[in-house]
Amino acid sequence: MVSGEMSVSGITSKPLPIPGSPKPGIGYFIREWWGSYPITQLAVLIGLIGIFWLMGSNMVHTMHRLGIQPGFAFLSQSANFAIGESLIAYSPSDTFGRAAFVGLLNTGAIAVSGCILATLLGVSLGIARLSGNMLLSGLVRWYIEIIRNTPLLLQLFFWSAVTHALPPPRQAFNPLGILYLSNRGVSIPAFRLHELSLVTLAILVVCIAALFAFYKVRSKRSVRHGIIEFSAMGLLAVLGFGLAFRLSGASVALELPLLRGFNIAGGFNLTPEFAALLIGLVVNSSATIAEIIRSGIQSVPSGQWESARSLGLQPGRIMRLVILPQALRVIVPLMTSSYLDLTKNSSLAVAIGFPDLVSVLNTTANQSGQALEALAIIVVSYLAINLSVSTIMNKYNKRIEQRGFLPR
Amino acid sequence: MTALFYTGSVRPASSAHWQKWRDGLFGTRLNIFITLATAGFLLWTIPPLFRWILLDATWTGSAKDCAASTGACWAFIGAKIRFILFALYPPELDWRPALTIGLIALLLVITGTPRFWSRHLVLLWIGTVVTVWILMAGTLIGPSVPTGRWGGLALTLLISVVGFACAFPIAVLLALARRSKMAGLRTVSIIFIEVVRGVPMIAILYVAMLLVPMMLPGLSPDAFVRAQIGLTLFVSAYLAEVVRAGLQSVADGQAEAAASLGFGYWTTLRLIILPQALRSVIPALVNLAIGILLNSTLIAVIGIFDLLNAAKNAANDPVWLGFYDESYVFVGVIYFALCYSASRYSLWLERHLRAAK
Repeated sequence: MVSGEMSVSGITSKPLPIPGSPKPGIGYFIREWWGSYPITQLAVLIGLIGIFWLMGSNMVHTMHRLGIQPGFAFLSQSANFAIGESLIAYSPSDTFGRAAFVGLLNTGAIAVSGCILATLLGVSLGIARLSGNMLLSGLVRWYIEIIRNTPLLLQLFFWSAVTHALPPPRQAFNPLGILYLSNRGVSIPAFRLHELSLVTLAILVVCIAALFAFYKVRSKRSVRHGIIEFSAMGLLAVLGFGLAFRLSGASVALELPLLRGFNIAGGFNLTPEFAALLIGLVVNSSATIAEIIRSGIQSVPSGQWESARSLGLQPGRIMRLVILPQALRVIVPLMTSSYLDLTKNSSLAVAIGFPDLVSVLNTTANQSGQALEALAIIVVSYLAINLSVSTIMNKYNKRIEQRGFLPR
Repeated sequence: MTALFYTGSVRPASSAHWQKWRDGLFGTRLNIFITLATAGFLLWTIPPLFRWILLDATWTGSAKDCAASTGACWAFIGAKIRFILFALYPPELDWRPALTIGLIALLLVITGTPRFWSRHLVLLWIGTVVTVWILMAGTLIGPSVPTGRWGGLALTLLISVVGFACAFPIAVLLALARRSKMAGLRTVSIIFIEVVRGVPMIAILYVAMLLVPMMLPGLSPDAFVRAQIGLTLFVSAYLAEVVRAGLQSVADGQAEAAASLGFGYWTTLRLIILPQALRSVIPALVNLAIGILLNSTLIAVIGIFDLLNAAKNAANDPVWLGFYDESYVFVGVIYFALCYSASRYSLWLERHLRAAK
């Protein structure tokens, strides 16, 4: 009676085991998983493996004929080529392995700074695109159309030409008095830390841990953080950091770039190639991100706006409390793929002379003849980057999905 | 009596239009500020650009005339347009790449017209692709031209169209394998799709350029064919995901109904599933086609003379050295015209398909 009722209402979905029948063994599950046509499938797999094996053995044969030893031992040999820019110390006498690491760091630098800047620019453009002002939204629309309908490589050639055609340092453009744009690159203000000690770092770590704990405790107590709470946290952070520097005798100074003689000294200098690649990638992704933001916000039904307004919410709070939580569900997965695209597109650096991972490993392949190993490193690095970015973004996406209360 | 209705209460249409513009530009104080700032920005950027493109430009003459003026040198485009469109193709055989461009344009127009959608399109695509390839190579009709001398707009259109056409069957098979219950095939398909989508296209082109000659010593096809295969495999992974989305959109009942009528797997697929699945992803297919055209420029990195590389090299000519801006603007306009019209077409098609439902 009970089981009959349940199956009618559709609650039980599992078929009940027949009494007395033997339990299905492990072989049953494997056969079920493998599916139909087991022999044909196996033949296809063996055929594919055979093709790869044949190509691989050909490869090894060719390498022996050319006098190249297959394997990754070459990574500890001296690279003998210079790299234009590097975040760590590097000279041509260093190893191929270190050269590849320099390339990986350069790719990381361009990808991280590119994603942050592209998000800032893209979100601003997306909001401008939605603005009621017809002139502004029309202008942004054409910006997006032009960027999205021309090849990225063409845009990179353009930005590369622009950064190389800038005047020499003595006639450098100096917008706002803090930036220098010259043919030696872009100089931006930098923070310089003086007399940084382990004590400073220790106090900083304690401060960050305390802030994190405070945040965790508060978010357990209340669902929503008020603006006052956020300001209090900011104030605490500033006080803690100030205290850390005061106690340990370290100091931090803002260093502006300055024209001295024939060159620009001080600040942080981006080479023309880095600047061109960064600007090109940021501009290109910002157009995509602007469209993502627009479609995300427009995906929220207009009834949500109307009912929020009828509840008497202010426009800013409608956006923050009603629209954004729903729009983010559409936005976040698309942003993930946009970040991954930016990272992959940074490999076009090779066309404008910036030494990213692909560019360095291409040189490595030409210098050492170890093309297979170099390409294997490229593929594995990009797959690892992809996997880690999508894992982080998927975690964030889970949290976003749980925030809303409305059924989809 | 009728005159009464027109007095003031109802605005004529033109006035309502005017009202919309006035609210859109000067509705609130913030709006006025935004309008003025945007207008200031436009006044700052547009006039110099306009002067460079039109007023100060040199339309005819030689490189010396161009050097004397401050505007754009469109005379350069006039002198170099053959190179940009056909690149290194033998000049006496120019009609072949020209006919190639024409045939591909015709193919795209026919494919884009819903009235011609039928299974004959498949034959048309196969026929055109084969014809165009034979025409460029000159296999049957006289002096044959090696692929190393193909180039320009003809090559860009050829590699994109052939890439799309050849990727399609591969993509359909990959999508079916990924959705099938056969674990062996499913795993192979998932690994291929995710690896190809996870790495930059440049890496795949390097595999085609550097590794294939070492893997197939003596048998390796020439550089253009290898690039074409690399592009095709790259596209097929993305296309497979689009097709898979289409397959998912077809209700299970369709396959069940076909099975109950006694249709086999392939017949069901050909007559019932694929027509519905592909129809539902047509806008995504158009967007992917735009992406292929834009991504085909990457073959310039491995030294093939596509449209972008031809434009770059046109400005390397010692007689016309350094007119990169004009060259890039010219090909930029070509790419924009092709892609923008395709994206407008995609929007129109979406509306058309929704209305047809």
